[in-house]
Amino acid sequence: MYKIGIDVGGTNTDAIILDEHSNLVHSVKSPTSVDIKTGIETALRNLLQESNIDKTKITHAMLGTTQCTNAIVERKKLAKVGVIRLGYPATASVLPYTAWPKDMIEKLSGNYALVHGGYEYDGQLLGELDEGEIQSLLEDWREKVDSIAIVGVFSSIKNDQEIRVRSLIQEVYGEEFPISCSSLIGSVGLIERENATILNAALCKVIETTTTGFVHALEGEEIYNAKVYLCQNDGTLMSIDYAKQFPILTIACGPTNSIRGASYLAKIKDTMVLDVGGTTSDIGVLQDGFPRESSVAVEVGDIRTNFRMPDIISVGLGGGSIVRENNGKITVGPDSVGFKIAEEALVFGGNTLTTTDIAVRLGLANVGDSSLVAHIDEEFAKEAQLEISSLIEQAIDKMKISSEDVQLVLVGGGTIIVPDTLRGVSDIVKFENGTVANAIGASIAQISGQYEQIYIYSKEPREMSLKDAQEKAVKQAVLAGALAETIELVEVEETPLAYHPENATRLKVKVVGKMG
Amino acid sequence: MRYLDKEAIEHIAIGAAFLGTGGGGDPYIGKMMALSAIEKNGPVKLYSVDEIEDDDFFIPAAMMGAPSVLVEKFPRGDEFVKVFQKLAKYIGKEKITGTFPMEAGGVNSMIPIVVAAQLDIPLIDCDGMGRAFPELQMVTFNLDGISATPMAITDEKGNIGIFETINNKWTERIARSATVEMGASSLISLYPTTGAQIKKSGVHHIITLSEKIGEIIASKNRNVKEKLHELLQLVSGYELFQGKIVDVIRETKGGFNLGKMNLEGMEVNKNENMKVHFQNENLIAEKNDQVVAMTPDLICLVDYETLLPVTTESLKYGKRIRVIGLPANEKWRTDKGIETVGPNYFGYDYDYAPIEELVKKVVAEHV
Repeated sequence: MYKIGIDVGGTNTDAIILDEHSNLVHSVKSPTSVDIKTGIETALRNLLQESNIDKTKITHAMLGTTQCTNAIVERKKLAKVGVIRLGYPATASVLPYTAWPKDMIEKLSGNYALVHGGYEYDGQLLGELDEGEIQSLLEDWREKVDSIAIVGVFSSIKNDQEIRVRSLIQEVYGEEFPISCSSLIGSVGLIERENATILNAALCKVIETTTTGFVHALEGEEIYNAKVYLCQNDGTLMSIDYAKQFPILTIACGPTNSIRGASYLAKIKDTMVLDVGGTTSDIGVLQDGFPRESSVAVEVGDIRTNFRMPDIISVGLGGGSIVRENNGKITVGPDSVGFKIAEEALVFGGNTLTTTDIAVRLGLANVGDSSLVAHIDEEFAKEAQLEISSLIEQAIDKMKISSEDVQLVLVGGGTIIVPDTLRGVSDIVKFENGTVANAIGASIAQISGQYEQIYIYSKEPREMSLKDAQEKAVKQAVLAGALAETIELVEVEETPLAYHPENATRLKVKVVGKMG
Repeated sequence: MRYLDKEAIEHIAIGAAFLGTGGGGDPYIGKMMALSAIEKNGPVKLYSVDEIEDDDFFIPAAMMGAPSVLVEKFPRGDEFVKVFQKLAKYIGKEKITGTFPMEAGGVNSMIPIVVAAQLDIPLIDCDGMGRAFPELQMVTFNLDGISATPMAITDEKGNIGIFETINNKWTERIARSATVEMGASSLISLYPTTGAQIKKSGVHHIITLSEKIGEIIASKNRNVKEKLHELLQLVSGYELFQGKIVDVIRETKGGFNLGKMNLEGMEVNKNENMKVHFQNENLIAEKNDQVVAMTPDLICLVDYETLLPVTTESLKYGKRIRVIGLPANEKWRTDKGIETVGPNYFGYDYDYAPIEELVKKVVAEHV
């Protein structure tokens, strides 16, 4: 029994194999290709050839990908989206696509309609759905849109109308037509939820190519029986079918996989993780093995959204960061020689002083030719090292939630530049396989389900409301491929509504379970 | 007189949310409404208080209800004007010279901009609080005995009501229950006032102050220390604490968000703690169990890095913030002001003391 994990990063595609006890059997790195698919195929081929395992015993295959993030950032491969907002006349003061970058609106066609419908905060009807209105809209949009986003006012309380509109679209455009319902994507906050839903709808083509490419790559290597999953940004997995419905959930899964992989390697569930790359480092916090969620509205490609994202800080410091001296003051980064480190760093015979050279000069690391940095003044090197420490220490301090010293797990290709002692850190844990932590993170992920709704505790007591939300979250998890008997509750968040006399509370729960 | 353009609105939204002390609504949705309105109708004229005539007539415009409802069900866009004109007609005034905000806050600083843009009337550089407060009688005009009614109230469905109440506390009660029926959010026009009353009872230059605050916070390529220093100078404020939210306890009572948050210190406040009590707005700040600021003085929470204001709804475990305190407008520091919005009114057993004294006292004891 084996599991395969693949992580497609901006620079490298990593692939690993784990056995039934989740021990690392083998890992490979190969460059990420422009079409993604070729890179995955190459990595997979090398992995299987070098490890020589029995392919028929591969039961699961997991993919972490930045495809969707890149599509949004680069404005490529996006679908034409029609937005149907249910709630007219309410909400007409801020129309769909308000404050979107112009080039993005053009790419997505900018089609939208405000139609009658929606609910009030307590689930009462705000407006009746007018099916004739939807029908004539669909006639008008035929051939104009590839995908539709449906957004109902207070659909996070009650989403019957959104679901009804989805059926109407399927009747007219066919069962296969890509439809995104906002109630299944974002939380309360119509604009941000609408934006996330539009982005999700726009990604239907990218996710199709990515998943098909992955499945074909597996079939090309004669792997037919494995269950195939994609990584989400909360450290859990989703089935291919689920991913096709919710491609937006793959955004930012890279850093999440890294810190989860690190925690797994370290066998520590609550810790801080520093993933040092060539140009930047990511710092994240694991609570009970999962990344802490960010508490701010997140911008994806300059578009404000409110779907969940991990709380991760990026610092402009890596193994290739350039070290300079200006008027006696030493600076480190934020610019870097990046993937050209093997040509440009001093220890590799290049002409640029990098953080790696400083580490070698001080005897903290042994890479390249140390004689090439012997001429660097030791005092200078020590000062540069202090600057490196201080950058890391500041970032760690920001992520801490108590004043006590924390444990730090180090992963990534640039870990050699990190000194052995840091202020605010009790102990540092390093790894040999830390460089493929992200692919490991991809292969150990579990399956989650989330549910969020506003409950009125005076009508439905807190215990009942909690139970209801948990049941609905479990349903989501099972839909995504979790084994029902392994599911446990991992997160409960309650937010009371202001100025509301009946004790209305927004309740959000999350459950996770093992994959089936 | 000057014009408010897109950039000015962006800055006012940030600055007003800062002065909103955690309440006053989500700055994002308010800003979006105002930007959409000026995109359609052109920039808005802003008059300073000394540019208006004593017998000119003004009607403020505001939103009432739950901020968390507003981010989901926001207005259709023409009800502001409807409710404004309904009240003007009821009062029998031929000409309404302009409008102004009731409070500083993410949403209520923006609604009057929408009205001014749609009706092509000027906005006046003042409000009735100089911050945000949860109830309709908590307005400086009320301290001078000006009636909140006749007032008009409407919703996005088109229901409209006119109230005449026996006092401003009753205005709050009746308008609150109507608002809940309307779906927990309504649009109101109340405290119709003359130029002379604005000059005597309003909090002046508040829009310009909001804009300046927003400009500092939004300025790019400067470090936090510089920005913070300039901000504190501008508002005569104090940085009370730097910390992380380690706990938020909330409950809903009588239609309000009550609660407190615990902060654990970082940087200069390492190994210290702070508690902030809120009822929609932040009301009391205790550092190491000693009160360092209390209502009506302002307790503003901002993001540790960006200095962007943090509203009560967005408080979350692990968020890194700075707590800034500043003195309230002098009108609130009178006996009647303290009676209306002081700690006792909100059920806290403290005698009001100005932030300047509290901060000094804590420093002295520390030394």
